[in-house]
Amino acid sequence: MTGNLKDNALPAVMLDRSDERLKHEAGIGGAVRGFIDRVRSGDLGSLPVVVGLALIWTVFASLNPIFLSSNNLVNLLFDCSTVGVIALGIVCVLMVGEIDLSVGSISGFASAIVGTLWVNQGWPVALAILAAVAVGGLIGSLYALLYNRLGMPSFVATLSGLLAVLGMQLYILGSTGSINLPYGSAMVNFGQMLVMPHFLAHVLAAVPGVVMLATGIRTISRRREANLSAPSLGSIVLRAAVTTLVLEIIVLYLNQDRGIPWMFGLFVGLVMLMNYALTRTQWGRSMTAVGGNREAARRAGINVRRIYASAFVLCSMLAALGGVLSASRLASASQQAGTGDVNLNAIAAAVIGGTSLFGGRGNAYSALLGIIVIQSIANGLTLLDLSSSLRYMITGGVLAIAVIVDSLARRSRVSHGRA
Amino acid sequence: MTETIDRKTPAGEMVLSLRGISKSFGAVSALTDIDLDVHAGEVVALVGDNGAGKSTLVKTLAGVHQPTAGTITFRGQPVTMTDPSAALNLGIATVFQDLALCENLDVVANIFLGRELKPMQLDETAMEVRSWTLLNELSARIPSVRIPIASLSGGQRQTVAIARSLLLEPKLILLDEPTAALGVAQTAEVLNLIERVRDRGLGVIMISHNMEDVRAVADRIVVLRLGRNNGVFYPDATNQELVGAITGAVDNSVTRREERRHAEQQLSEGGQP
Repeated sequence: MTGNLKDNALPAVMLDRSDERLKHEAGIGGAVRGFIDRVRSGDLGSLPVVVGLALIWTVFASLNPIFLSSNNLVNLLFDCSTVGVIALGIVCVLMVGEIDLSVGSISGFASAIVGTLWVNQGWPVALAILAAVAVGGLIGSLYALLYNRLGMPSFVATLSGLLAVLGMQLYILGSTGSINLPYGSAMVNFGQMLVMPHFLAHVLAAVPGVVMLATGIRTISRRREANLSAPSLGSIVLRAAVTTLVLEIIVLYLNQDRGIPWMFGLFVGLVMLMNYALTRTQWGRSMTAVGGNREAARRAGINVRRIYASAFVLCSMLAALGGVLSASRLASASQQAGTGDVNLNAIAAAVIGGTSLFGGRGNAYSALLGIIVIQSIANGLTLLDLSSSLRYMITGGVLAIAVIVDSLARRSRVSHGRA
Repeated sequence: MTETIDRKTPAGEMVLSLRGISKSFGAVSALTDIDLDVHAGEVVALVGDNGAGKSTLVKTLAGVHQPTAGTITFRGQPVTMTDPSAALNLGIATVFQDLALCENLDVVANIFLGRELKPMQLDETAMEVRSWTLLNELSARIPSVRIPIASLSGGQRQTVAIARSLLLEPKLILLDEPTAALGVAQTAEVLNLIERVRDRGLGVIMISHNMEDVRAVADRIVVLRLGRNNGVFYPDATNQELVGAITGAVDNSVTRREERRHAEQQLSEGGQP
């Protein structure tokens, strides 16, 4: 705080610092202490998942050094992107306190649509993808209709959707059961090979830090103008520098092999877009409000039905996009696409990443972090040549731990007076 | 009752005037022929037993219910309010009994909920400054506007709810049981707040069951009974009169005790000399 007051003659008391009951910390040390306070009171944020990820990676790396090789990590990023996009949609529905159990079926249906329209009917690939995503949006609006107008719980609506959409997938695939997508086509290359040029990857990795710095400096000047306390320049520079450093090291390491997959770039781009929408727009504020207290949101004049509809539609569209991506990854649209553990992996990823099942709490980055945890487990166990039986058990255990951490943190937040 | 109407001069211009408002739900008439006037800078308390129609009347004014018959005149213009946002746009703000705050959002987000500045890129700084201005005008004691509602006390939450209702510069504010869930100190805080709102020149309608609170801040007390007007009183009215009007009975435990006390007082006064 003294740092803020040094340079020009601000009034002695800032607007938001006039209450003497409020503890305030300044500078980098203050930011660190504030972080420790928050964690202690149960506002864990992304901490558990980061710690969990470090643990998982340490274990797998010690069991098989190949796990941390850049070649394997690039594969990991390819695998993350498909289900990760689906998990991003799940974050949307969880934010408003609802669920979509049919994302796996929708992703399978979308891949079947692309296969049929593109390979069998000869449509241009871009049009086929657009059609698949549009069908996803249509399914989402059907859920919204069932939920908003007929009062059907999303759990049941999407559970019946799981079966119905799977049926449609099997129907359009017909007797052949699977359609191979042509190798060498742009779509399959995108899912299997295409990586960013090394130089471009380094440039893109520097972008978040620059944006952090720019918005941080703007915030500081605006808040000082308005006579509000502002974070110190030092803490913002430090955060931006650490972020840039970490990202550049990751890029450098992955560039020793093929580099950053474009598909992963697309996924991260979507995550950042969603993060902006959820935190910095009226729509995102409304989503959080509806998830926290639906009646309060309604009385505040928010069109609650439209918010629910946007969440369901966005979730289904992202699920369809995830299905298209996994079709390009596997170079096929088959009856097995989207079945099995896709559904639960997507939901588990969002929850493991820190988005609450109870609504009103979460962020877009939980999809990214959560899916990396889940794919790391799958990837590590495959490297150890362990069967999928063990993989299911371990993933289940991690999900249970994540939910336990969520509920314990929730209890702690209540007792510390944080929502 | 009618002879008391002109006893005090109204504080300011007429903000709201209801004439012959009726509301029925099927065969049940919740409100029958209600008349009510509110002036700028005046606190009108709405009292009555359970089922007297207080909440129905407030919901009618908030645009939640539409009256079956009667006219609502707001600032000299006859108005119809089809939904809550219509009432809000006219300048009638309502603080409901359950406050309707989102506990997972902070104070600023709650005050601006549904009315955020710059919807595509929220202007957090401007919203925070405005929140502080609103809270400071009410002399409210909220330690920080960047903490979630969950960490505030009941009185502080009531303060946030009232500050939020003032955001759109309303002319009339409806408070449904503002002190029902509060302790002694917090009740006093909220009553102070109501006085400050009145001093800003707003009309205030307050529902309460607590006669002490009503008498502390109200300029006029309107009694409803079984959906009808049952008298207008001033804060100097005795408890007996008020309870009589509310319950419609002259003989009940409150009046009996009052009589006993009165008799004892007379007895002791009589014994003194």
